[in-house]
Amino acid sequence: MGSNLIDALFVFMLAAFIGFEVIRHVSPLLHTPLMSLTNALDAIAVVGAIVLVGERKSTFATALGVIAIVAATSNVVGGFFITDRMLRMFKTSRPSKSN
Amino acid sequence: MMPEFAGSQYAIEIIYLIASALFILSLKWMSSPSTARHGILAGEIGMVLAIGGTLLRHGIVDWKWIIIALVLGSGIGIPLGMVQMTAVPQRTALSHAFGALCVTLVGTAEFYLRSPNIPKFMMSVLSLEVILGGLTFTGSLIAAGKLQEVLPQRPITYKGQNVVNLLFFGIAIALAVYLVIHPEAKQFFPVIVGIALIFGIFLVIPIGGADMPTVISLLNSYAGLSAAAMGFVLQNKLLIIAGALDGSSGFILSVIMCKGMNRSFTNVLFGAFGQVQPSAAAGQEARTVRSATPEEAAAILAAANKVVIVPGYGMAVAQAQHKVRELYDALTKKGVEVRFAIHPVAGRMPGHMNVLLAEADIPYDRLIEMEEINGDFPQTDVALVVGANDVTNPAARTDQSSPIFGMPILDVDKAHTVMVIKRSMNPGFAGIDNPLYYLDNTLMLFGDAKQFVGAIVRELGGGH
Repeated sequence: MGSNLIDALFVFMLAAFIGFEVIRHVSPLLHTPLMSLTNALDAIAVVGAIVLVGERKSTFATALGVIAIVAATSNVVGGFFITDRMLRMFKTSRPSKSN
Repeated sequence: MMPEFAGSQYAIEIIYLIASALFILSLKWMSSPSTARHGILAGEIGMVLAIGGTLLRHGIVDWKWIIIALVLGSGIGIPLGMVQMTAVPQRTALSHAFGALCVTLVGTAEFYLRSPNIPKFMMSVLSLEVILGGLTFTGSLIAAGKLQEVLPQRPITYKGQNVVNLLFFGIAIALAVYLVIHPEAKQFFPVIVGIALIFGIFLVIPIGGADMPTVISLLNSYAGLSAAAMGFVLQNKLLIIAGALDGSSGFILSVIMCKGMNRSFTNVLFGAFGQVQPSAAAGQEARTVRSATPEEAAAILAAANKVVIVPGYGMAVAQAQHKVRELYDALTKKGVEVRFAIHPVAGRMPGHMNVLLAEADIPYDRLIEMEEINGDFPQTDVALVVGANDVTNPAARTDQSSPIFGMPILDVDKAHTVMVIKRSMNPGFAGIDNPLYYLDNTLMLFGDAKQFVGAIVRELGGGH
């Protein structure tokens, strides 16, 4: 348990640094789609809810888990969907028009 | 972990590892519009792998409810993915609420399944998970309500508000600490969740519409951190990584938004920005403004060489982005160089204006950031302000008594002619008077943004 915990802290620290570096380079043009994309990715929390429901340990846990899956799945589906819609709208001007 | 299941356990961990890499690539590809759509694909593959991998887990015995919930969630997600572009800020706030709801519910269930045998560290992150999750859930709902205008957008404040808020938060933390030391004191857990939920409401209620970009970013960050905390509880590294990425993304956006307003986090959260400033209005009645008709505005625009359009939240409210696009077309056809100046906090969420203008088919290479375009205003013939106010207010540069003093602004007042489309002389969202309107080179175009721009387009002989 102790070493698992330390491992987890290392993972968190490294992922946070990668996050800072990667996101610093996102064009401000795309800040709105970025937010809806990270929202969809964050809904990976659904895996925790799936395990909770699947293991059927108590009715209470299953009930909360089902609501949690519904909430997170709507973020996954809605998040990817709207991000894609937004990104499809970003077009550059035709080469003949631009300088 | 029993040895005979080690094989599938390893397989799941490897799948999670691949999913983590895909998530990082997904964000990396968001750096440019040309690669961004690969990013979505990477994210989607990662998500499908992760969910599929989780279903492989030994120990999962009940499929029925998982499938029902997945189908139901997808059914809710599809309409949430199809909302109008102008409704994206409230949709985003709502999805933060859903994400936080998931985390809070799972945290609550985990507590009751494991209690009272919860190690101290586990209990600490579990408390963190439900406190962050709970306050993000209600806070985001309030933010969504304000953005949808179900709730009043003006800050709701009362005396001693900050003291009450801090007191609430302090009690939640104190109870969490007590629970870490005495994990058998189960009865305090629902109290902690309840306080977090109430605290979320109190936290966002006093925040005005103009501060929404920062608040949405901050809630985004909290949602990510609560998911990472959940990863610690479940010992799931994929969740820790996704949560950390989302947390840092929200944090970076909040910092950018705060810089865009020259304000600190504490000032945004506890400053209740956006109340009408009664003192500022006095003694200014004598000043006059010049106004112009669509015909006059069209003539000035047609004679210009360089035009910069400054969009703001008012453009979104009036749904004027498509008319603005027609204006862009009509002027471009006449050989006028048209660009758009985008202030980092224009609108109600980071990047709001870019998405609206992209929706109206305006090429993104015409959308220029503040730092880049500010130097060009002195060589600009016409700066046309469509529904923006505070981000163009020269008082931010000069008037030390102004509440927005020090905020970086678009220097539209330096253009040869400034035209401002505005419904009336009422102060803008933050309730601050704008001296720009009284300048000699400023023409006020009074009317609804959509209709006024449409009228200019007709004069220019464009439009449909």
